[in-house]
Amino acid sequence: MVAPYDMSDDSVVVVIGTGAGGGTLANELAQKGVSVVALEAGGRHLPEDYLNDEWSSFGQLAWLDMRTTSGDWRVSRDFPNLPAWIVKAVGGSTVHWAGASLRFQDHEWRVKSEYGDIEGANLLDWPITGEEMDPWYTLAEDKIGVTRTGDRPGLPGNNNYKVMEAGAKKLGYKDVHTGRMGINSIDRDDRPMCQQAGFCFQGCKYGAKWSTAYTEIPKGEDTGNLEVREHAHVLTIEHDDSGKVTGVVYADKDGNQHMQKARAVAVAGNSIESPRLLLNSASSKYPDGLANSSGQVGKNYMRHMTGSVYAIFDHPVRMWRGTTMAGIVTDESINDPSRGFVGGYEMETLSIGVPFMAAFLDPGAWGRSFTSAMDGYENMAGMWLVGEDMPQESNGVTLHGEIKDQHGLPVPNVHFTDHPNDIAMRNHAYQQGAAIYDAVGATRSFPTPPYPSTHNLGTNRMSENAADGVVNKHGQAHDIPNLFISDGSQFTTGAAENPTLTIVALAIRQADYIADQMNKGNI
Amino acid sequence: MLQKNSLKALSRRDLLKSGVAAGATFVVGANFLTHASEAWAMETKALSPSSMATLVQVARDIYPHDRIADQYYAIAVKGHDDAAAEDEAKKQMFEDGIANLDSLAQGAGHPSYIAVGWEDDRVALLKQIEDTPMFQEVRGGLVVGLYNQPEVWPIFGYEGESFSKGGYLARGFDDIAWL
Repeated sequence: MVAPYDMSDDSVVVVIGTGAGGGTLANELAQKGVSVVALEAGGRHLPEDYLNDEWSSFGQLAWLDMRTTSGDWRVSRDFPNLPAWIVKAVGGSTVHWAGASLRFQDHEWRVKSEYGDIEGANLLDWPITGEEMDPWYTLAEDKIGVTRTGDRPGLPGNNNYKVMEAGAKKLGYKDVHTGRMGINSIDRDDRPMCQQAGFCFQGCKYGAKWSTAYTEIPKGEDTGNLEVREHAHVLTIEHDDSGKVTGVVYADKDGNQHMQKARAVAVAGNSIESPRLLLNSASSKYPDGLANSSGQVGKNYMRHMTGSVYAIFDHPVRMWRGTTMAGIVTDESINDPSRGFVGGYEMETLSIGVPFMAAFLDPGAWGRSFTSAMDGYENMAGMWLVGEDMPQESNGVTLHGEIKDQHGLPVPNVHFTDHPNDIAMRNHAYQQGAAIYDAVGATRSFPTPPYPSTHNLGTNRMSENAADGVVNKHGQAHDIPNLFISDGSQFTTGAAENPTLTIVALAIRQADYIADQMNKGNI
Repeated sequence: MLQKNSLKALSRRDLLKSGVAAGATFVVGANFLTHASEAWAMETKALSPSSMATLVQVARDIYPHDRIADQYYAIAVKGHDDAAAEDEAKKQMFEDGIANLDSLAQGAGHPSYIAVGWEDDRVALLKQIEDTPMFQEVRGGLVVGLYNQPEVWPIFGYEGESFSKGGYLARGFDDIAWL
């Protein structure tokens, strides 16, 4: 056992954040014998702590530090200080994620070539191909234990799934199944199979759902090469005269500041905090923030085209029973511009309880139209729509000019306005979602607006050329060789699929690269 | 605080003769209001009982659920009375806002907001104040204050936590039979 490490130990790799990207990277490096200090802004909550109660759990897990919003998106009106619904805890948003583990389609790695020039969209091909990612995806699926991949069986379908499946098949959709999920369908990896408890978003009390909180993190700690510091909120990344990063300054639980030296730093704080940290680390050498010679840090913020369709039937559904995201229709995920938009979307079942339904079905609405919908809750089925949105340079994360956080640093402002392609896709998805439910006798359906963002992407994007983005194909900053981005902010484009599997695959791949570069003495 | 069966000494006749008989919620004294069924009673701290009774009605008119009893609306808005007790400006906002609502009702030929017989007519009055801070605070507070009461969940069919019962694997996660 080597860990814990000294603050002055400059042989460690500092990983900022312990979610899908950071948690995976930290463990992978530790397994290779690399010394890692992982700094996590939140505390450590494990399955026994999770709460089967939506608002209490939200208070326990959500990232609630002050943030502001701007732009046309409705979240900015309804939830002006909650742009994103993500987690501040060991495990990051893998505590909260639904578990959908989908590979990008091959064409989604090269959408600029595929879609051509789209006015107002800052499209770019990834510097990686689907073929290149294939083995890393397989490693990620094996790590997570993704159902319907390898020899792992699918999960059984719950009531909510059965309604969607029946409607989708009546409509002629072909690719309809219970998903490729990061939830055990059989006992595996010392974790039980899914008990169909619902409450996937509140942290799985059975540990059936993969989360770095109780898989990657303890496995990394068991090697003796990983030290996780909780309530360690990184404020700035420091560098020397040559421009290389030398460590990070973080605040502990009591607000006291510490400097942890580092050989390399990997940033995985999610797509709002990661660019904010680079911007807040501006210095005389890097006046626009670290790794920002391209000017793209904080730009091109994507949140997926999202929305939900809920529908009421003349009989009970009880959608809250069982896996929250219990199945998928993938037929619309293809790129078929004849629909009036480029890119595609997935339809995935979703359920929220009465407390969240009241908050999210139609935020701000009141009166009988709203309450009669709530009265139909027991007979309701629901699906989430998630598709590729267009990167736009004007959408992004900037530092607020006046408001400071508890550590005296500018809070992030998140600006977002839909691209016309996003709107056309959402309208198509609303129509198809409602048609699925109509096909099995829905009496009323609701095109529910996007929730605060759960998929935050693109604000430190990967690019072939240093002028177009922040990091190279390994997530390594174009400007600073020992600085890495390891979360969804490195996404060049968002694809139609839920991002976690791709974040994990990229982190496994990045760990290989970092270890190799360290062996070669390049970093 | 909300007390169940705490006013048993009061007869229905006492209730009926006391003050603004409104909806099903009655003002019964300097600091008390209660329900016609005497199922619950509430002591107010800062707002007048008649303002609190109006607030309970406003809450129901914002999120009308005919199968949810007044007491849950009363619980959902009680926090505003507590806040008013701590903050004079807040107290003023509520008292002025409710007085305004009453005067709008009087302008429409009713004695007070709470005396307006039809929900649609009360909603028409609420529409006129829906951009005011008071309305927004009451509506916003109800989203959690009303719908996060576990006692009302069964009315929606919602079953709440499931972990203590072992999830739904053996309790009907896939029991749909009508498809």
